[in-house]
Amino acid sequence: MLLLIPFLPLLGFAILSFFGKRLQSEIVIGSIATAMVAIPFVIAGTVLLSQGYPQTVTAFHWFKAGSLTVDLAYSFDQLSILFTLIITGIGTLIHVYSIGYMHGDRSFFRFFAYLNLFIFMMLNLVLADNFVVTFLGWEGVGLASYLLIGFWYERRFDGVDIVWTGDAAKKAFVMNRIGDVGMLVAMFLVFLHFGSLRYSDVNAAVVAVPIDGTIMTIIALCLFLGATGKSAQLPLYTWLPDAMAGPTPVSALIHAATMVTSGIFLLARCAPIFALSPTAMNIVAYIGVATALFAATMGLVQNDIKKVLAYSTVSQLGFMFAALGVGATTAAIFHVTTHAFFKACLFLGAGSVIHGMHEEQDIQKMGGLRKYMPVTYSTFLISSIAIAGIFPFSGFFSKDEILWNVYDKGSPILWGGLVLAAFCTAFYMFRLLNLTFGGKERFDVYHTKPHESPVTMTFPLVVLSFLAMVGGLLGIPHALGHIIHIPNVLEEFLLPVLSPANQILHRVQPTEIHSIEYILMLVSLGIGLLGIAIASSWYRIESDSPKILSEKFSGVYRLLWNKYFVDELYGGLIVRPLQKLSSTIFYHSVDTIGIDGLVNSTGTLTEILSSFFRRLQTGIVQRYALFMMVGIALTLLWLLFA
Amino acid sequence: MHLILLLTLLTPLLCATILGFIDRKEASVLKYTALIGSCFSLVLAFIAYASFDSSSHVIQFALNLAWMKQYDIGFRIGADGLGIVMLMISAGMMPIILLSAFRTILNREKEFYILMMVLQFGMFGIVLSLDLVLFYVFFELILIPLYFLIGMWGGVGRIRAATKFFIYTMVGSLAMLIGIIWLGMIAKETLGTFSADLLKLRVIAPSLSIQLQSWLFVAFGLAFAIKVPLVPFHTWLPETYTEAPLPVTLTLAGMVFKLGLFGFIRYGIDLFPSASAYFAPLVATLAVIGIIYGALLALAQTDMKKLVAYSVISHKGFIVLGLFSLTAEGLQGGMVQIVNNGIATVALFLCVGILYDRRKTYEIAEFGGAATLMPILAVIMGIASFASAALPGLNGFVGEFLSLTGAFRSGFLNSWSYAILGATGAVLSAAYSLKLYNGVMFGARENSRNDMLSDLRPFELVQLIPLMILILLLGFFPHYVMSKTDAFSRALAGSLEIRAIGTSQYTNDVRQREADLRSSQAGVPKQESAPIH
Repeated sequence: MLLLIPFLPLLGFAILSFFGKRLQSEIVIGSIATAMVAIPFVIAGTVLLSQGYPQTVTAFHWFKAGSLTVDLAYSFDQLSILFTLIITGIGTLIHVYSIGYMHGDRSFFRFFAYLNLFIFMMLNLVLADNFVVTFLGWEGVGLASYLLIGFWYERRFDGVDIVWTGDAAKKAFVMNRIGDVGMLVAMFLVFLHFGSLRYSDVNAAVVAVPIDGTIMTIIALCLFLGATGKSAQLPLYTWLPDAMAGPTPVSALIHAATMVTSGIFLLARCAPIFALSPTAMNIVAYIGVATALFAATMGLVQNDIKKVLAYSTVSQLGFMFAALGVGATTAAIFHVTTHAFFKACLFLGAGSVIHGMHEEQDIQKMGGLRKYMPVTYSTFLISSIAIAGIFPFSGFFSKDEILWNVYDKGSPILWGGLVLAAFCTAFYMFRLLNLTFGGKERFDVYHTKPHESPVTMTFPLVVLSFLAMVGGLLGIPHALGHIIHIPNVLEEFLLPVLSPANQILHRVQPTEIHSIEYILMLVSLGIGLLGIAIASSWYRIESDSPKILSEKFSGVYRLLWNKYFVDELYGGLIVRPLQKLSSTIFYHSVDTIGIDGLVNSTGTLTEILSSFFRRLQTGIVQRYALFMMVGIALTLLWLLFA
Repeated sequence: MHLILLLTLLTPLLCATILGFIDRKEASVLKYTALIGSCFSLVLAFIAYASFDSSSHVIQFALNLAWMKQYDIGFRIGADGLGIVMLMISAGMMPIILLSAFRTILNREKEFYILMMVLQFGMFGIVLSLDLVLFYVFFELILIPLYFLIGMWGGVGRIRAATKFFIYTMVGSLAMLIGIIWLGMIAKETLGTFSADLLKLRVIAPSLSIQLQSWLFVAFGLAFAIKVPLVPFHTWLPETYTEAPLPVTLTLAGMVFKLGLFGFIRYGIDLFPSASAYFAPLVATLAVIGIIYGALLALAQTDMKKLVAYSVISHKGFIVLGLFSLTAEGLQGGMVQIVNNGIATVALFLCVGILYDRRKTYEIAEFGGAATLMPILAVIMGIASFASAALPGLNGFVGEFLSLTGAFRSGFLNSWSYAILGATGAVLSAAYSLKLYNGVMFGARENSRNDMLSDLRPFELVQLIPLMILILLLGFFPHYVMSKTDAFSRALAGSLEIRAIGTSQYTNDVRQREADLRSSQAGVPKQESAPIH
């Protein structure tokens, strides 16, 4: 029964791949694909309600070599069930949405086949009982992401060194592979030191006999390298903005709600390893904060509706890593959950706008859409308030818990960075909201007739915005909860999985309430409101302030507009030198002239030598006799005197 | 039952003889005779494979015929776990390769199919021989058909390529011949007579001094290093692969390539364990260089066939690295990867060949946006590309993962850097695989000459579908292959470990293997033939 959770989406993928073309009816295809995700959601929900966890189910034996045995086994515990619910829940909604969004596409079935494949791989990633199955899912979601980014492969896409959507897809896959090298090395180290690749074995061994701290740091950092790839953190984040080349539901599902949170999942799963390495934790925290801030600033000036959201995702993931870095795993996972709600809603809202605006993505050419698409507008507004962290929407609770933990267990500097990033978040979101929906129409109202999307698209928006509104109830902080006697549900739920790491970190249940926590809460709320206020005053009515500001600080503006030239930097420092090395130096010089030249010259040498010896073979018998005589004479002499 | 290997071995020879009596004008009769013959030997090989008892180290289906008694050289064949897997892949590839020849070899079919059958005979002989001289005969035998196959049906530079290939491998083979004679002479001291019996020699050789072992290892190893090929002995490969006609390229990529690797295991690691341990860091270094260098060269190509050819060098690097980690994981990974890499590479070459068939060019830039007109090929080539890039769930992953795992933990290499550097090959393999795939399939169709691209025909599907099934099946169920070599790899790694540090967790496997092999030998009477089971 439990095995149906990962395998139904695989079945869906198989059915759609083989028979999708013959099915023809979009409704049938969409329904099959949706059912294959919805049923696992229901099963996972049943498991949750009946408390059928933790348990491990083995599908089959995968491979065995020497002392390494790997099974395709799934472990159902609090952590994996939570992620499963997010993946299948949001996955179901996005499948429904896609039925409307992809209507009329000539490869309709292919899209849903890929989505099902993605869900299968993602479930493997989170349900895995060992590293190798996680890696299967890890690379598998990379494959699905590649296929979906390049779904409209004949379309162009603008980017540094990118011409086609396929180039963006390739970039995503190859950059992720860099992170995957880290994953691989981490697995080698884990196997070397613990003799097993099962999470339960490894985490138990880590807690029981803490081994050399340096090794732990290396393992942790290798895992983190993998996480920076998949979860688009510094320095491997540049693929995510380009991944927007894919259809918008893909951006919502893969590049916002689920796949990009794999890194957070991995670190949470391996929390005991990280707990043993303060160095690694610090690095995670700093990278997280740096990414949060760095990406948020880039989001300030983007004009592509999806790119703003993409940088926002990178930034929000940075928040989650910051939380992991200070050991606040629950807070990170809480933010994964709420972020999945509001960011999926925002992306789907953006998709609805793009759909209604007939493939227009530039927010400068929008405006005033509020009256054309009321449902999209209201859900977008709710989610924007949520991501800006305004009480009592879900983003407030999760973001605030991260900020408090970072302040309490990290440092004020880290906290300051995140607060600044939170300010930027509120600002760019309301800039986006106002430029898109507010003000007057900046498009030709006679030719472009924006329309509200069909109900298959608006229904998921409504559900997600509702969740974005109330999702905070899952993790009400003790500081507020104790007043109204509501426990922190999520924290209590996750406690059994996270306690080994907490033990190492000497983390106890917080009972004491600090007055400073309330102050910080107000500060973050105020910062959010400030960002909203400024953005609204600048962009609701067409104000000159942004223009004046961008002219005044044209250097900074250009830097942000060009995304700090990071893509150009990577291109100039790594990609092109590598191409030059392989083509000019290795292929045309070393291999062709050098090695092969050497080989061929031995041939030439043989020819020269043989042409010399050929002269001896004259066919004149007398000369042969002479050579023989000389030879015999020399031999005799040698025998005599040696 | 015990004659099954002999039957498998002789089927291609019989088939070649039959072909000889068929009129050369009857092209389709020739084709189908060869195809049926190869299918027949596939069935035989499969029966042997399926009935092979993988829990035992006893040489199975053994046959021992006297040949040159005074020198103890015999017609000795038989199979252990390694041999049976190698036999299976050789037999399995042949029908697909012959099918691919149906539309690509359009002149002198008679000679072509006869040569292919002789080649098949040699391939079977190499993996089944348990006698060094017999092995050498087969090893040399395959050069002749290969030389003519490349030289007669190849591209513009075929003569040069064939000659280069021939000379290259000849140099290695001569070194090996010296090694075989030398080893046989050494055996004289213990056995009282020259011997080429592998089972006797594999008891004697490991106890030789490290210096002697090293010389012998070099003599044998050079032949294998060229055949694999290891960098810097690789320059024959791209030229030969690209100049050879498609079926011969497939033969090289799917069957011939494994001989060097197989040789390294059977006549390198197993025969000269101390020398293997001594040379492991050197060989592993060359392997890692091969992984990265081959991948970078593949990345530099604009020609599809050359790109795949260079990628082969990179993939061989992973296998050699795994084998010379001298750990059970690495050996197991290397062996399974021999099978899986062959499958993926053949599939890729077939895809490239189909594209060539449509447009008569190998230039990537000439294509673009082919996925719209060739959706089925797009799927198949995608699967083959990702299998080649070692995506988990497809067949290329397990072998490369285990090879690297082995290299990482190997006490013989004693450094993480081999595995870490090797792992960077994963990034490069993604880069060149997707360069090829994106370049051909994605983008808009801008070149009007591509407007007539037609998707796969049934005849082409027949070649590719078995490979696709294997890629998907072996991705999740590699134990169909690995169970055959599991005991072998543990025993081999165990004996190396015991030799190096005195103990091993696989001691039981080692004892079991030695006992089983002794009983294999004892069970072989001096008469004409005898089964052992």
